[in-house]
Amino acid sequence: MKGSEPDLSAATYQIYDESHTIGNALRWMLMKNPKVEFCGYSAPHPSENTIQVRIQMYDNLSSLTALIDALSALDTLCETVDEAYKTSLKEDAYERWVERS
Amino acid sequence: MPSRNAVDPRRLVGVHAERITHISSTDYPGHYPDEDNSWNLEKFQENLQLKVQRLSQRSIEFDLVGVDASIANAFRRILMAEVPTVAIEHVYVWDNTSVIQDEVLAHRIGLVPFNIDPALVDMRDAVSQATDRNTIVFKLQVLCERNKNVPKGSKNPAELFINHEVLSSHLVWEPAGEQAVVFAANPPAPTNPNIVLAKLRPGQAVDMELHAVKGVGKDHAKFSAVATASYRLLPHINIKKPIPPELAEKFQNCFVPGVINVDPYTKEVTVDEHNVRKDTVTREVLRHPEFSDMVELSRIRDHFLFNIESEGAYAPERLLPEAIQIMRDKLATLKKAAEALLHSDDAPAEEDVQMAD
Repeated sequence: MKGSEPDLSAATYQIYDESHTIGNALRWMLMKNPKVEFCGYSAPHPSENTIQVRIQMYDNLSSLTALIDALSALDTLCETVDEAYKTSLKEDAYERWVERS
Repeated sequence: MPSRNAVDPRRLVGVHAERITHISSTDYPGHYPDEDNSWNLEKFQENLQLKVQRLSQRSIEFDLVGVDASIANAFRRILMAEVPTVAIEHVYVWDNTSVIQDEVLAHRIGLVPFNIDPALVDMRDAVSQATDRNTIVFKLQVLCERNKNVPKGSKNPAELFINHEVLSSHLVWEPAGEQAVVFAANPPAPTNPNIVLAKLRPGQAVDMELHAVKGVGKDHAKFSAVATASYRLLPHINIKKPIPPELAEKFQNCFVPGVINVDPYTKEVTVDEHNVRKDTVTREVLRHPEFSDMVELSRIRDHFLFNIESEGAYAPERLLPEAIQIMRDKLATLKKAAEALLHSDDAPAEEDVQMAD
């Protein structure tokens, strides 16, 4: 979008068909990156199904690479949670009960 | 007396009489000098705890510890809005002489949950034709009649009439094409056969054809895979000073039963580490000035107590893996788009770069 540096060290990305679900998680993961100076997102209008993610980098690094790294990191995070869940479900002793409707 | 398993104070959200403090997480790089809080997979794997607590045939409770609220919230949002299920979308009314209007009855029928495994059904978009892969057809044909053998003097509609209610069990599946084979093990039917859809009187009839399709909760709540999906934070009670024995019982009664233990002989007050999750953090204890400097209430910011109830197609333990898979699919799509952007043009144009999915 408008307002980006030619070297993409600062840029706003518009993501279609996504909402706070991805926006907030992605913002958190980008902020975990020490090379990111600023990261924020907004859902500009409730009836438009888009979000806008603003990323500004230190040292003129590319915000697009940071974005891709954050997406990969989130994916490994999801994988870790998934594995932990399946292990717990298989191995842990937990209460089983019958719920009547 | 400090709590036996002390929690890092940075992990606590303070709960005070009229406000809460330390709401946002602070584990970002640059927040604390000389500390590296950047993303570290090994550290995350080490800190992550996930433990199933209770499981029934329609709900699951588990603890998710060591993730940020944004991640826990993403899973919760996906569970409610983006895990697909099958529900009735098109209703063709041949006859409806009941007192319920066509559109109201159609809406009620749409909300009925089904036992159809969504993995066996394709998503149907607005323009495509109905096929045996993306549509499941039900018939609803009910006629109410007078019962000839009524016990004398009976006023009970169930005895006076035959079919005085249209129930979800009246929905009859009509196999089409390969569906008879695909769904042989688990024939499509409502998960609850006793839902009253309409009431009838003699001579009234309902005759409809119903087409069920796959959809997601953000389109319509009837497609939501969960009855509820929610989380709350684990309460934490820190008793700073010993509670005087004469006040022990009063202190105990400020909390949910089971949360505070009082020793029957010494009247020593302790927090039950196992039952502390039952506490609702009512702050009742903070209303009593005598306890004001003895106790600190808080919640643990990264300890989520998830509760997911399933009402339909998925077994409750299957829901979280489905949600995680959907999250990963979304991330993969985004990553592909971002990489295409990276390779498309190294010098971004003055205008916006447009990406198709």
